[in-house]
Amino acid sequence: MQRILILFAHPAFETSRVHRRLAAAVEGLPGTTFRDLYEAYPDFDVDVEREQALLVEHDLIVLQHPVFWYSVPPLLKQWFDLVLQHGWAYGSEGTALAGKRVLCALSTGGRKEAYRHGGHNRFTLRELLAPIEQTFVLCGMEYLPPFVVHGAHGMKAPEIERHARAYRKLLEALSAGRLDLAAARHLPQIEAPVDDLIRPAAGGDAEGSDR
Amino acid sequence: MHGGGFFYQALIYLAAAVVTVPIAKRLGLGSVLGYLLAGVAIGPFALGLVGEEGQDVLHFAEFGVVLMLFLIGLELEPSRVWHLRGPILGLGGLQVGLTTCVLAAIALGFGLDWRVALAVGVTLALSSTAIVLQTLDEKGLLATGGGQSSFAVLLFQDIAVIPILALMPLLAAPGVGPGATPGASHDDTWVAGLPGWAETLVVLAAVLAIILAGRFLLQPLFRAIARTGLRELFTATALLLVIATAVLMAKVGVSPALGTFLAGVVLARSEYRHELETDIQPFKGLLLGLFFMAIGAGIDFALIARSPGLVFALTGALIVAKLLVLLILGRLFKLSFDQTLLFGFSLAQAGEFAFVLLSFAVRYDVVGENLAATLIAVVALTMAATPVLMLLNERLVQPRFGTRERTGREADEIDELNPVIIAGFGSFGAIVGRLLRANGVSATVLDLDSDRVDLLRKLGLKVFYGDASRPDLLHAAGAGKARLLVLALDRVEKNLELVETAKKHFPQLTILARARSRAEAYELLEAGVEHVFRDKLDSSLRLGVEALRLLGFRAHHAHRAAQTFRRHDEKAVRELATMRHDHSLYLSTARERIEGLEALLRGDLADSGEMRDAGWDPETLRQEYGGRKTDEPE
Repeated sequence: MQRILILFAHPAFETSRVHRRLAAAVEGLPGTTFRDLYEAYPDFDVDVEREQALLVEHDLIVLQHPVFWYSVPPLLKQWFDLVLQHGWAYGSEGTALAGKRVLCALSTGGRKEAYRHGGHNRFTLRELLAPIEQTFVLCGMEYLPPFVVHGAHGMKAPEIERHARAYRKLLEALSAGRLDLAAARHLPQIEAPVDDLIRPAAGGDAEGSDR
Repeated sequence: MHGGGFFYQALIYLAAAVVTVPIAKRLGLGSVLGYLLAGVAIGPFALGLVGEEGQDVLHFAEFGVVLMLFLIGLELEPSRVWHLRGPILGLGGLQVGLTTCVLAAIALGFGLDWRVALAVGVTLALSSTAIVLQTLDEKGLLATGGGQSSFAVLLFQDIAVIPILALMPLLAAPGVGPGATPGASHDDTWVAGLPGWAETLVVLAAVLAIILAGRFLLQPLFRAIARTGLRELFTATALLLVIATAVLMAKVGVSPALGTFLAGVVLARSEYRHELETDIQPFKGLLLGLFFMAIGAGIDFALIARSPGLVFALTGALIVAKLLVLLILGRLFKLSFDQTLLFGFSLAQAGEFAFVLLSFAVRYDVVGENLAATLIAVVALTMAATPVLMLLNERLVQPRFGTRERTGREADEIDELNPVIIAGFGSFGAIVGRLLRANGVSATVLDLDSDRVDLLRKLGLKVFYGDASRPDLLHAAGAGKARLLVLALDRVEKNLELVETAKKHFPQLTILARARSRAEAYELLEAGVEHVFRDKLDSSLRLGVEALRLLGFRAHHAHRAAQTFRRHDEKAVRELATMRHDHSLYLSTARERIEGLEALLRGDLADSGEMRDAGWDPETLRQEYGGRKTDEPE
């Protein structure tokens, strides 16, 4: 079983609709640690030792956050700056994270059509988040295609629920090693529904060799 | 029945105290009344377990009053005393003067000679420092307007005893008494026989000696003693200090209590203040308890039984007369209605000085033996009545006429219960309350200062007046349904009491406590409070940050340094709280923590991975990639 660390960053969680449901859907999953960064570090005083220890203890790191200005919320950037130290996470001796996987679970206010060449945002979301992707690649980690909920603004409750269920299924499958990684890797991003990417429980053994 | 032997006596007194005081406390009567009742119980007129030696015990136990004044001095900085000079001289002077006049007039009415009347008046005008301060302190009322005024008056009385003692021989009928020379008022002192101006000089010199010694001598002495690591030696030094001061003061003819009070004030700013307090506290408590028991045991019930009407009438008259004068003075000095009541009911008794002055007056034949015996019984009764009177004031008078202490009935009227209770609404509690209010959280406030309660009520806040450590009051404030209890009282003992009450009766409450010092933080942590806040930590760190900035540090660097400092300090406090009873371990650990923190802030520990801002420090990157072209992330 893959141990999952969810690093959740939302500066105004209390007003969030989508992330409240997403978080509720995955909180308490077996083998999962849910870490609310804005709750832990309201003053941005990130405890580097503790964060590094948590990273070491888990196999899959999930960064769950809304996309702000085509990037991560500022505390998560602070977390990158301080936790992913040279000589620990990267550099010739920095191998602490090598071989682990990272999955971003994102929401965007704009709809999917806005994130394309010639669209409102002129780039795809995957392209816009290239710095994040490269950060983890530099740390020797495998960057999975991000799980994305587009059009969060004005999304109705049943629709949010559909995304939340997909998110939960995705993490459950990743935890149990039942995600069809070969298929997933070809996708620019993962969206609900995710059922096509998940293998039935019986065939889960093949995943073991994938690591 | 009452055999001799120190241990036998100790057994009787201790057993009586241990049995009676908790019962009295439980019944809400306060410890003073408990001790008094214990004394009555073991006295010659009830169980008869102690007899005549009660008087010796009283003299011995009077040292408890001396210790108490020392402790009070420790709590008062010199500037505070200076601030009180108006009430001390004005209020105190008027109280002694007016009460003396009124009482003397009454005595004249009884057909006494004017000299006798004056002696009796001035003797009974003085109140009981021991009972009043102990009771006020126990109720946490010492810092209120009425408490401060009471304290000021008592302090003046302590000073006034000296001239009153000198006055007694002058009141003796001409040609009577053993050598009516002025100096004879304190015949075993150094100043006996000196002319008045020399006497004054000697007293001033002694006071100066105490101040100078406190400033320059005691600091190094305490440091040296503390370095030995022998706890009992420190206690011995503390006791020695108090006793030496008391003896010195007695030798120059000044009240020992006043002298030790002065010594306390001088040491109020010493770093060993808290240490001294903790060391002296148990002695003071025991001796004061013994003192109260001796008073109780000394009440001459045989005499009362012979003429109960007279004794009780005199007792009543004395209390009423003193009370009236005090109430008038309270209003005159612009105390609020509640505080005037507190002030009046506190000081409406005669005090322990009366015993001394009466025996003195008998010696100089100013007052006859019979009259003195009656008056002593009256004095003892008024003293015993004081805790009862204060209780009456608190439970009956104030609820009816003063700022109401709301209890059960009114609590039922609160329809929407507040999730937060704030105990203590001084500047600290008020800020907490305002922040909560600004975020739409209403809090129920408990405060002991009725002036403040009045003001807050006028502002429309839900405020309860009373001692927050009383379970019934907490219950009335909605503690059964609230989620948080904020302890922002000024005194850590009260906070600790409240922690205990809350943990016992309202276990669902999460307690957040203010600590005024590290030592208090330790005590609260030890009492099981998780959320402890040292109230100087934040402001001093912020000032420190500003200081670094003004010295040219980058604002963010200073900010981060303060964050690091705070986190380490909080961790250290929690760690040290568990080992503070082991002196040497505590010191070595504390030193280690401080050194560790300093090293961390200097950045020495970059290699150990403890340097937390390494992510912003390109040093290791320069070492690895410096000079060659790389895909280094920037």
